[in-house]
Amino acid sequence: MNEDPLLQIRDLSVSYPGAHGRFTALCELNLEVSAGECLGLVGESGSGKTALLLAILGLLPAQSSVRGSIRYRGGELLGLEAARLNAIRGARIAMVFQEPMSALNPYMRVIDQLSEVPHVHGGMSRRKARQRALEMLEAVHIGEPERRARQYPHELSGGMRQRVMIAMALIGEPDIVLADEPTTALDVTVQAQILSLLQEMRERTGAALVLVTHDLGVVAQLADRIGVMRGGRIVEQAECTQLFSQPQHPYTQALLSAMPRLEYPL
Amino acid sequence: MPGSTPEYVLNSALWQRLRCHRGAMIAAGVLLLLALSSLIVPALSPYDYYTPQLDLISQPPTLRGGHLLGTDPLGRDLLIRVLWGCRISLLIGLAASCISIVVGVLWGAIAGYAGGTTDALMMRMVDVLYSVPFVPFVIVLTVLFGRELWLMFVAIGAVSWLDIARIVRGEALSLKRREFIEAARVSGVRAARMIRRHIVPNLLGVVIIYATLTIPTVILFEAFMSFLGLGVRVPLASLGSLIADGASDMQAHPHLLLVPATVLATIVYCFNFIGDGLRDALDPHDRHDRHEQA
Repeated sequence: MNEDPLLQIRDLSVSYPGAHGRFTALCELNLEVSAGECLGLVGESGSGKTALLLAILGLLPAQSSVRGSIRYRGGELLGLEAARLNAIRGARIAMVFQEPMSALNPYMRVIDQLSEVPHVHGGMSRRKARQRALEMLEAVHIGEPERRARQYPHELSGGMRQRVMIAMALIGEPDIVLADEPTTALDVTVQAQILSLLQEMRERTGAALVLVTHDLGVVAQLADRIGVMRGGRIVEQAECTQLFSQPQHPYTQALLSAMPRLEYPL
Repeated sequence: MPGSTPEYVLNSALWQRLRCHRGAMIAAGVLLLLALSSLIVPALSPYDYYTPQLDLISQPPTLRGGHLLGTDPLGRDLLIRVLWGCRISLLIGLAASCISIVVGVLWGAIAGYAGGTTDALMMRMVDVLYSVPFVPFVIVLTVLFGRELWLMFVAIGAVSWLDIARIVRGEALSLKRREFIEAARVSGVRAARMIRRHIVPNLLGVVIIYATLTIPTVILFEAFMSFLGLGVRVPLASLGSLIADGASDMQAHPHLLLVPATVLATIVYCFNFIGDGLRDALDPHDRHDRHEQA
């Protein structure tokens, strides 16, 4: 590629002080995300998937030490001052959280929460921001958006909350959406709906999607490219079909063989 | 349901649960009655709280002659003086509590959300203020500024915000780690808006309970100050100064002590009951089932 990739991560290392000396969450990790693609990141718990997303958005706890570089459109994100970082968060890079109940403010109506993003970023008037929020609710296929908008998060079902989360992530028209296990907290039928919604929104907005999950089935449906993480590194990166048909790294092979398949008796 | 936390309650459900708490509703009714009559009755009564009637000193309570609760040693109507005392005590209780809640919530929320050095500095200041002895502090203030009503608001408010600041700071610290706060940060919400829109509303449950418990404490503080002669300026009376006057004459005329003391105890008791009801209503896991069955 002749131009800069959308997001370029070079030699990123993150460690926290832990009970037994320093705990290394990420170790010299390299990763690129180009515009419009869907990158799946899979790996077991503790492999550093979430730490990577938090590092991109500058949300790591203050006592963690971070080395390396994270560049968005060629500009360094690490060590960026709060005001400039806030201008990128939400507007350029957005995030969908795993647990939609705890990621929505229980005391804010859906509409207030959604319209906060365009209000804070675009300097949009409250009225216009609300109009935009209603459009977004409609875009993520929430029935009766007018009524739902006036409700509080606890009045919505899990799948609907996750739709609201997705609407919230996309309302600022970001280039990159980071999704941290967006379907783990949902039941299977709702999972499928949310995945197809993510796919649809990606096609519609052209945003790149970084999908973090431990569910290989989820990435197989959506991702163009898959990175397999283990122990804070990406051990294998490949096109989706290639990774499933010819896994190179022994860990990837182990991961794939650990998936239950219908054709074999358990 | 996962994550079905008790924090969804600041809406009509809270009111419904509170209505099930009979004690709190009665307490609220009694308080409302006292507050209203302290506003209305003195305006309708032929007597006032300051004109001495030297031919009618220290009358016992009677149904004849118009002085229902008798008169004090200067011949002033006790009922009117007690109602004025109620008015002053409630006013000080509410105003000083408001000051302490606003200051305490802001201070604690900012310290807790900012964290780090800011937090340490702000909370050390609270620790220092905690160690200031309250009574000498108020005495110095009254010496400097005279016995003014607003001084009581400031003096009591200045001391009682410390507890709230500590409690709120602790809550803010744990709120800060919650996902929806991170989600808001990820959306690029700045610190001031974050505290105003996300932190403070989620603290309100704790604050409301604490407020209803602060008001009676403040009223008792004021009574104590007035008892020491540091409160309102004569001839105006607060419940504390009426109790002080009554105590000096209690062998001969016990009703001068008993009436204001009973009213003060009732007010404090009612606020405690309301606080109790609110706590139950805000915490659906705890006790409210029992009240619903009762």
